[in-house]
Amino acid sequence: MKGIWALFDFRGVPEYLPDLLKGAAITIEMTFTVMAISLVLGLIVALARVTRLRPVRAAATFYVEVMRGTPCLLQLFYIYFVLPAFGIRLAAFTAGVIGLTVNYAAYMSEVYRAGIQAVAKGQLEAAQALGMSRSLMMRLIILPQAIRIIVPPLGNHFISLFKDTSLASIVTVKELIFAGQIIAATNFQYFTIFTLIGAIYLMISYPGSLGVQYLERRMKIGYRPRRGAAPAGGPTRGAPQGAVS
Amino acid sequence: MIRLEKINKSFGRLRVLRDVSLEVQRGEVVCVIGPSGAGKSTLLRCINHLEGIDSGTIYIEGTPVYRFTRDGRPMVDPDHRIEELRSQVGMVFQSFNLFPHFTALENIMMAPIHVRRESRDDVRRRALALLVKVGLSDKVHAYPHELSGGQQQRVAIARALAMQPKAMLFDEVTSALDPELIGEVLRVMRQLAAEGMTMVVVTHEMGFARDVADRVIFMADGVVVEEGSPQQMFSAPKNDRTRQFLQSILERNAELGDEAATPPSEPRP
Ligand SMILES: Nc1ncnc2c1ncn2[C@@H]1O[C@H](COP(=O)(O)OP(=O)(O)OP(=O)(O)O)[C@@H](O)[C@H]1O
Ligand SMILES: [Mg+2]
Repeated sequence: MKGIWALFDFRGVPEYLPDLLKGAAITIEMTFTVMAISLVLGLIVALARVTRLRPVRAAATFYVEVMRGTPCLLQLFYIYFVLPAFGIRLAAFTAGVIGLTVNYAAYMSEVYRAGIQAVAKGQLEAAQALGMSRSLMMRLIILPQAIRIIVPPLGNHFISLFKDTSLASIVTVKELIFAGQIIAATNFQYFTIFTLIGAIYLMISYPGSLGVQYLERRMKIGYRPRRGAAPAGGPTRGAPQGAVS
Repeated sequence: MIRLEKINKSFGRLRVLRDVSLEVQRGEVVCVIGPSGAGKSTLLRCINHLEGIDSGTIYIEGTPVYRFTRDGRPMVDPDHRIEELRSQVGMVFQSFNLFPHFTALENIMMAPIHVRRESRDDVRRRALALLVKVGLSDKVHAYPHELSGGQQQRVAIARALAMQPKAMLFDEVTSALDPELIGEVLRVMRQLAAEGMTMVVVTHEMGFARDVADRVIFMADGVVVEEGSPQQMFSAPKNDRTRQFLQSILERNAELGDEAATPPSEPRP
């Protein structure tokens, strides 16, 4: 046990810890920003993929296939290094957010789509037979049921995204990994610093994955009566009437 | 009320409906019987356009559900009225299809509120009355998974009725139910028929067809083979296929009857 500890060198920690924490803050900020945008964008793409308008559907499918079929790293390079050639110059953080968002939105859209398609066909028919329009059906019947299917995989994507923000270091975003590299390059305490970074990632992602497991369990439970719902009993008002005319 | 003229419908190369014509008068109860794969479900689904047709015309209260382009292809929903038309024709399915995330009451209230934009209080009053009518006044706030099959199907009927439809379509609504639960659903349907609801009922319940139907239609292989009054159809069918079919149903019911006679403590096979 003593051997392991000998590898650590905690001198200098007070000096560079603030930089590391700043990196961690950027990682977290990036995670939430990308997550928020791609949750919305992913839903839009998913809806585009199940619409009846063929060109829209084709465009959405093309987008998803390109994003899933090329490395995220390449997309980041493109945004940060290629776009300036077309006069689009983005700050590192912005480029990182856009690169990760276009990628994650594609994955999220697949999760949404799987959820939407997992809703039983009979549900759609019942809604249609009641005269519901497509949008009403989506809002009242499909999405509320799809949510329970969607939430656990979305949670898992959230956690991978948290780790994948490290890819943005390639376009000079000073997130946790890049901040660590800069420090290690000056004091050569690679073991200590990267172990520390690993610990910081774990401290955040482990509770996250516990949360996802909790959600998974919750979603498996059937639909429960809402709290505050009136206890079962006869209706108190409304005279029985022949509702059939 | 409902008029079908020479409906044709194919799935790929399979012709499921061939020149089917049918007219249902207001207040009439028409039972459709026939072997599996005859196209009975498809016929009902075409009436409220859950399924598109290849040719023919469907009128609901004189309003065509289709108009045809010059080359004879049906133009679906030319006036964007399909949703309105559908909401005038209630449909009940074999598999209930209640919305699992809503209570019985909410299931019933959903469409009148969101499709018809009626006031919540009116709809609620009507929904509660419908739950009384189908004998479920004690299940107002129950979720579908808390209800038996028979109870779910009765909620589904109430849900369709809440739109105050001019006609109701029933597709083998008791086929997925345990034998002891069939009666409670048929009772609601009998009452509905007695109140003068226009109904098209696809069913294997010959007793129901005999008692309730004004007209019985026998379908096989996508065509209407024979139709007539229940007396005529059940006692003196003209067509051989009708006779064979009724015979096979009788035999099956006899077998089921034997099975039902075994003590309830014995596990069913
Ligand atoms: N969506 C579909 N795609 C392809 N074939 C279909 C589809 N729906 C029905 N069919 C076929 O059409 C034929 C008629 O089906 P339908 O469900 O209308 O029969 P049915 O008379 O209701 O039979 P059952 O008593 O078994 O319900 C069957 O051969 C069936 O396999
Ligand atoms: Mg059928």
